[in-house]
Amino acid sequence: MSFFAAKAALARAAGAASRLTGRGATSLPGTVLLALDPTAIDRLASDLPRGSVVISATNGKTTTAALSGSILARAGIATVDNFAGANMAGGIASALLARRRSGGPPAELGLFEVDEFWLASVAGSLRPRVIVLANLFRDQLDRYGELETIGKRWAAVVAEATGRLVLGADDPLVAALGADASDPIYFGIEDESMARPDGLAHAADSKQCRRCGGAYRYERVYIGHLGVYECSNCGQRRPQPQVSAHAIRLDGVRSARFELRTAAGRGEVELSLPGLYNVYNALAAAALATALDIPLAAIIDGLAAAAPMFGRGERVSVGGRELQIMLMKNPAGANEIVRTIALDPGEHHMLGVLNDRDADGRDVSWIWDADFEDFAASVAQLTCTGARGSELALRFKYAGVAPERITVESDLSRAIDVALDVAGESTIYALPTYTAMLELREVLRKRGQTTSSWVRT
Amino acid sequence: MSSRTLRVCALYPELMNIYADRGNLLMLERRCGWRDIELRLTPSTLGDTLRDEHDLYYIGGGQDADQLRCAADLVEHKSDALRAAAERSAIVLGVCGGYQLLGRSYEIGDEHVEGVGLLDVVTVRDAGPRLIGNIAVAFGDAVIVGFENHAGRTRLAAGQEPLGRVIRGHGNDGRSGFEGARSGNVIGTYVHGPLLPKNSWLCDWLIAGALGVEPGDLVALDDTLEVAAHANALHAAGL
Repeated sequence: MSFFAAKAALARAAGAASRLTGRGATSLPGTVLLALDPTAIDRLASDLPRGSVVISATNGKTTTAALSGSILARAGIATVDNFAGANMAGGIASALLARRRSGGPPAELGLFEVDEFWLASVAGSLRPRVIVLANLFRDQLDRYGELETIGKRWAAVVAEATGRLVLGADDPLVAALGADASDPIYFGIEDESMARPDGLAHAADSKQCRRCGGAYRYERVYIGHLGVYECSNCGQRRPQPQVSAHAIRLDGVRSARFELRTAAGRGEVELSLPGLYNVYNALAAAALATALDIPLAAIIDGLAAAAPMFGRGERVSVGGRELQIMLMKNPAGANEIVRTIALDPGEHHMLGVLNDRDADGRDVSWIWDADFEDFAASVAQLTCTGARGSELALRFKYAGVAPERITVESDLSRAIDVALDVAGESTIYALPTYTAMLELREVLRKRGQTTSSWVRT
Repeated sequence: MSSRTLRVCALYPELMNIYADRGNLLMLERRCGWRDIELRLTPSTLGDTLRDEHDLYYIGGGQDADQLRCAADLVEHKSDALRAAAERSAIVLGVCGGYQLLGRSYEIGDEHVEGVGLLDVVTVRDAGPRLIGNIAVAFGDAVIVGFENHAGRTRLAAGQEPLGRVIRGHGNDGRSGFEGARSGNVIGTYVHGPLLPKNSWLCDWLIAGALGVEPGDLVALDDTLEVAAHANALHAAGL
């Protein structure tokens, strides 16, 4: 046994011990291993014959990685991934460690979603063939700091990168990263009918040009500050996307369709995921696959085959009733969630779960930046719970929901019952933050009355 | 019958809004609306020459680069009006970056930036970490609660009254035990979260002050959810 193998065995043992004590262990073995050997990721990834690809963004990392995985599976490429959501260095090392022991076919390609803040360190170790940078929104200011801070860190990653860049054309801060890169692939939406009638969202970020500080002029805004823009001062404009979505149709809260265009041709994509934000996720995955020279047919089939990831549009049957879980992490994400729920006509029954643990962001002020005002009129009943459930209730009151339609119940399990009681036969839309989503799924699992649309493949 | 009007000026609302400062304006708007007080909201941004024709001025926090641009503009185009407003006891409320701008000066990177000097404070940087977390502050016989997240350390000049004493959290500099600053109706604080949704009583106190009445003179509202949110935030702060 080599010295490295001994360390790896020790790290696995730590993971097994942690599982025995009932704690989640997705990133623990990797974290232990990295403490023993900071070059562990480099070593573990070095024998992947097709190398690694990484995906980072404020919103959509997990879904984009899952869509990419589905495409790669269609293309017959075996991957090692971190879909369980442990997306810092420890989680990635754990995923690499675990695949060495699994009995399945040997992985050829590493497919990793990476936390925005950890991108520099992970990319330095993995030296990925492709780096997908999709979007940057205001998120967890207490942990990440200002948007500019992340932008600068990403610029340093790009300057060091040897792999191909895949960039969101519609996000000016992200697109600007491609200015000096060799042959980046841009993806974006080309459908005027999807533009917001009211322009920039309230909490829009990146309103000033990264190069010169001039104000961006938007011809169209699709989501937040994503759209078709031009700097009024220096003329920096949105690059022409080589991978694009046209003729988009948002089919309610379950699916979306669009025409995908790449250099290889065009084809109709039917996604089992709702909303414009998932069209962006599909485009990012398609652009990643394009960078890997995967045929268009496999891209289209792979996108169609993917189901919503856990907690991201996942539908759960609870005692014969349907609960759709829509993870809500930051203002831009929350805006798109309620915009998507509003595609379902009529009034909506809601379960809001607001936590303030580290992974949620301890500062809950972001809920006041989300645009709940237009949505408020369609709320039939709202049950609020979680560590900061009262604050969420207050937010919706000030958004315009009548207080008599709002219930606060601090116990999550009882809150689910309250929501089920008042919803009757209607679907309940659950809007949890990250740790709240994990708790919600765990409570539902323990109650044993659930079946989920999400199955780990 | 709309008997009264509250004229609110939001300074740089599209730039100085990083900690959901909109929530503060929304609180003012709704709590006035429910009382049949007309709230007239006027934005004033880069390049606008501010005139002192409002009852309440609000300035929030921004990203460093945005705050720098606003600082220069504030001194050049808005400080005269703000000084006049302060002299006649209009409300001037600065939160986080806005608080720093109301002081004499602040440091950002290597730059030393002049503020409008309505509060006798200076904000400096030191080698310590950002001061981040839930915060509770004793203000009179009430508690202001919220969240703070700032790199700057703010020092009160001798004779400058703080807004309150820190019960939980860091406050102005993490050491003095003071949070914020107050000179009459000019108030600066690091408490966001946002400030007014978590402290609806403070929102009413500001409305009353801006209208020149006592808080008790305002129509009482059903504040069940507001009181619960305040208690929820106190609990989060460890109280």
